[in-house]
Amino acid sequence: MTIVREGMKIISATKKRSRLRGENLPDVTFRLVALAFAGLIVLLVLAMAIAMAKSSWPAIQQFGLGFLVGRTWDPVFKNFGALPFIYGTIVSSLLALLLAVPVSLGSAIFLAELAPAWVRGPISLMIELLAAIPSVVFGIWGIFVLNPWLRTSVEPMLGNNFGFFPLFQGPMYGLGMLSAGLILAIMIVPTITAISREVLMAVPNSQREAMLALGATRWEMISKAVVSYARPGIVGAVVLGLGRAVGETMAVTMVIGNRHEISASLFAPGHTMASVIANEFSEATYNLYLAALVETGLVLLFVTILLNALARLLVWRIAGGPKGAQRE
Amino acid sequence: MKQPRFRLRSRWFGPILPIAALVVVMATACGSPSGGSPGTGGSGQSLLINGAGATFPYPLYSKWFDEYTKVAPSVRINYQSIGSGGGIQQITQKTVDFGASDAPLTDDQLKAAPGELLHIPTVIGAVVVTYNLPGAPSGLKLTPDVLAGIYLGEITNWNDSKIMSLNQGMKLPDQTITVVHRSDGSGTTNIFTDYLSTVSPMWKSKVGKSTAVNWPAGLGAKGNEGVAGQVKQTPGAIGYVELAYASQNKLPYATLRNKDGDFVEPTIESTTAAAAGAAATMPADLRVSIVDAPGKNAYPIAGYTYIIIYKEQADQAKGQAVTKFLWWATHEGQAYAKDLLYAPLPGEVVQKAEAKLKSVSSNGKPVLQ
Repeated sequence: MTIVREGMKIISATKKRSRLRGENLPDVTFRLVALAFAGLIVLLVLAMAIAMAKSSWPAIQQFGLGFLVGRTWDPVFKNFGALPFIYGTIVSSLLALLLAVPVSLGSAIFLAELAPAWVRGPISLMIELLAAIPSVVFGIWGIFVLNPWLRTSVEPMLGNNFGFFPLFQGPMYGLGMLSAGLILAIMIVPTITAISREVLMAVPNSQREAMLALGATRWEMISKAVVSYARPGIVGAVVLGLGRAVGETMAVTMVIGNRHEISASLFAPGHTMASVIANEFSEATYNLYLAALVETGLVLLFVTILLNALARLLVWRIAGGPKGAQRE
Repeated sequence: MKQPRFRLRSRWFGPILPIAALVVVMATACGSPSGGSPGTGGSGQSLLINGAGATFPYPLYSKWFDEYTKVAPSVRINYQSIGSGGGIQQITQKTVDFGASDAPLTDDQLKAAPGELLHIPTVIGAVVVTYNLPGAPSGLKLTPDVLAGIYLGEITNWNDSKIMSLNQGMKLPDQTITVVHRSDGSGTTNIFTDYLSTVSPMWKSKVGKSTAVNWPAGLGAKGNEGVAGQVKQTPGAIGYVELAYASQNKLPYATLRNKDGDFVEPTIESTTAAAAGAAATMPADLRVSIVDAPGKNAYPIAGYTYIIIYKEQADQAKGQAVTKFLWWATHEGQAYAKDLLYAPLPGEVVQKAEAKLKSVSSNGKPVLQ
């Protein structure tokens, strides 16, 4: 007993000392290590960007800004412009977000707030399984199931009813921007749903109780007290989903039609930055060609950063500033 | 007194222990290759040859490497099918002992290499035009002009009079043509665009030939399976795939009019006939295109695939092993080609390859005795 009492005394003395000094050695070490790891990530991104800039230098010199606005991609006549790929990446990813976010948020809210426990388990499991399917499987499914269905049912329906809209005009191949957007949407739904659900479940019950105590309906409680409280986390989930959509290669290249063209129609084939790199890298036989492909990768990096920033800005703006039940 | 000191130390170790562990792991990971890897070639017992390049001949090459271990048990060949572009790059940088390419190297590429490179043709590939026409059987007749017209986007409907007049007995529907091409860079595309450039001046000036081109029309699909799948699913589609892929999957194919004016089916025999027809005009460095070759039975869309080695080999033992393997591949190895649906080299070309292999030397002495 006396030993324990002695020990307690020494511990409390140490605590007092560390409080006086502000920090103790373990804290300092931990802080430095965490800082080093965080810095490592920044360094990695920087190193990657520098290495890519270096090996794409011939293309940067040759085409300058023309690379970003050029519409021709001609390996034979050595003329490279990446605009169709930039356009394809942005449009297919935004289309995917447009389709996936409402579905994901809806199912996340259902799972976190409304579903009885016996439903929650199986559905959550299914969503996580969906996230584990390799993208090439999505691509094969796209070719054999989704595309024929789009060509024979969905696209004629859209074309007949909304054909006056430039989005739904032109020949119907099945594959194209619409197909890519749909595949990407299916691929990012599990990411956004699973993270949003976790975030929603982490909202403290006091939020819900307080709102209900004020006489709110269930809908008011969820929309005002739960979702708005969880907004930063949900934005994070959406940004992660966007990241997956922007970088996705295999499934997209299998269904998008791989045509270097900008077309207003969603039925028309397109191309993305990630898929052109994957398609042409292995047979790029001269330096400028290789440099142009690496520069496409560099542009992809910047577009990803830009889209992430925009998405955060947009969601925060649309959702408005802090409301009643907002975490400080 | 002991307990508190222990606690103090445990708080010390908390953050440090994982770092220490990490350092130890990294140190051992870095150290192991020098210590633990088996000796390759150094002992003289077994010789490891590295190669890299084309994916198109890979099934045959891996069969060869496997069979060759029975002929020369001490030689192991390690081949990475990373694509012709990668193969050319690696042989230029001398990181591999041989490269493989579906297209002969250009003059610029040869100049970039630090030594004289030899092209050894190993086998011949052919490209088949496949299509999806409901109600129309295999054997659609096409001429070079019509095929180029379709891929240029000038002929857009199956009932176009140019196609109709060639296929009098066939009922061709009023259906738009959906053109399908490869989206990935590939030797197949190189042979196909080489053909179109040869038969159509318009194609040559507008599009040209390469492993990937700026297609004037159509959709891109990834790999032979992608093109075949897209054609199969789209009524009115036309595409091109490797001969091996087309026959394994029993795809409908078009017969093409060759230089002599005959309509020829794509087969292994007609592909070898194309190589034989072009053998007379084969240049000394063996870099040749055999599309639109003369000969009654010559199928017009064909091309060699090559293995590329340095004429002067720095390492005598390795140089000898590579050369001996290539000798075997161009002779006994040809017997395996047909089973895997590649066309074997005609006799004249094997003789030319022999001469090339005999010229390989190390320190001024020929490696083959």
